[in-house]
Amino acid sequence: MTKDECKQVVLDIIAEIAPDEDLSDVKGEVALREQLDLDSMDFLDIVMELRKQHSIEVPEADYVQLASLDSCAEYLTPKFNALV
Amino acid sequence: MSEHYDVAIIGAGMSGLAAGIRAAHFGKKAIILEQHNAPGGLNSFYAKDGRKYDVGLHAMTNFVPAKERRAIFNKLLRQLRIDRAELDLIEQKSSRVAFPGVNLRFGNDEALLEAEVERLFPGQIDGFVRLSVAIRNYPDLDLNQPYHSTRKWIKQFVTDPLLEEMIFCPLMYYGSAVEDDMDVGQFVIMFRSIFHEGLARPAEGIRLLIRVVLDRYRKLGGIRKMKTGVKQLIAEDGKISRIVLQDGSEVTADVVLSCAGLPETYALVDPSLVPDESNQAGKLSFSETIAVYNSLPETWGWGDDTIVFFNNAERFSYRNPADPIDLRSGVICLPNNFEFGDRPLKEGLVRVTCLASHDNWCGYSDEEYEKAKTDWFERIQKSILPMMPPSTREYAGDLVATDMFTPRTVKKFTRRARGAIYGSPEKVKDGRTSWDNLFLCGTDQGYLGIVGSMLSGVVMANEHVLKG
Repeated sequence: MTKDECKQVVLDIIAEIAPDEDLSDVKGEVALREQLDLDSMDFLDIVMELRKQHSIEVPEADYVQLASLDSCAEYLTPKFNALV
Repeated sequence: MSEHYDVAIIGAGMSGLAAGIRAAHFGKKAIILEQHNAPGGLNSFYAKDGRKYDVGLHAMTNFVPAKERRAIFNKLLRQLRIDRAELDLIEQKSSRVAFPGVNLRFGNDEALLEAEVERLFPGQIDGFVRLSVAIRNYPDLDLNQPYHSTRKWIKQFVTDPLLEEMIFCPLMYYGSAVEDDMDVGQFVIMFRSIFHEGLARPAEGIRLLIRVVLDRYRKLGGIRKMKTGVKQLIAEDGKISRIVLQDGSEVTADVVLSCAGLPETYALVDPSLVPDESNQAGKLSFSETIAVYNSLPETWGWGDDTIVFFNNAERFSYRNPADPIDLRSGVICLPNNFEFGDRPLKEGLVRVTCLASHDNWCGYSDEEYEKAKTDWFERIQKSILPMMPPSTREYAGDLVATDMFTPRTVKKFTRRARGAIYGSPEKVKDGRTSWDNLFLCGTDQGYLGIVGSMLSGVVMANEHVLKG
């Protein structure tokens, strides 16, 4: 999986959690919280959906790694690639 | 061999169903155990003589437009993956706090209340605006806040005792388990949910909401057992090891979420832990009369009041009354007076809620009870007449059906100790109990009302089932 594919996985999950959000122009380097109306309950959902849909485990200490799309890609892409 | 679950939820009320949805959505094997045959708990429904009635629901609080994504109501629906359109929500017209000689109106546009405060209490408006801002900025969802008295806190903003009472009246009636005061955290939640946000109802009433929530739970594979009361929770090594059901069968679960209430849950483990139920149980219970008319309130000249929070006494008292019913204050709800537009309800409805004494109503023999219900029904109907527009007072001939519930009814159907709808004055905000895998959820965790209890279910499931 490439980092761009990984970002798309995260965006797809956000689209499910928050169907009203406009995700057409989310900037990779800017914190998701600053661009979208996401709170801690939504971030928990991103973690839970990653586990449910992709069997990716994100321990609570690592939640900060999901702050922006870029940091998600950095952190999650190796985890996805380790699955195969 | 007993069946094992990831999570067992005691009670199919709004909090239990919401918790069940969260758990089931993320693949947890969940079971909801409900002693009654109808779901909804304190917010349920029934039919009598072919007519459908709601229990509990006057209005749902926290109404905001769909675009306000940060608002708690929309967050809740997101967490439950429920499409708002399914709830077919209809907004209130406007509501009123009616005290002797003063009427304070409010609606779903918060500007109305501010204008009313400025008109009626010109010297208080600056303080009121500061109060409103402080409430907007108050940190929310903090599970570790201790109890703070709002009576003390509010005086830095509002100094006119009449305005203070008029602000408290609706917020207490819609969500205080404490007599004559509220926890600041709870006050803030209620102020936001009623005054900043607003009131609405599913067009069809509570049935629709319960159906949507139940369907969601069922489609996720959640299991629900009705008429399945929990007899006992067996504790071993600081954990709940087995759940014994009324029929003697057992289930086991990694996590148990109890929506039964604080003293009620401890009593399920060991009744001797709750030697006197009046200790932790709430003191506040209510009665409600429901009058059904074959004409609609608009034909009586009622006007736009959806809900009237009234008080006739010199000083508003929100306490367990000495008499069976306290006629001095209460809540009148006209379910017809929401913005139904071109699809009005078929019949006229007037619901009146008053504070009621558990000990009186539960102390009666069956015969005394029926007689007291008839007597007090009449007295309540008479007592609300001064709150109604003069032209509406001549519709008694249109009455086609009545019903009434009392603390005894609440206790019978929900098993809440002392029929206390808002539960224990002592809230356990983090949900933890003396047992590692047993958590409280719902009324005694701390969030009240329909939206509040569902939020409680979500938050407790997130904390104790999903994060764990």
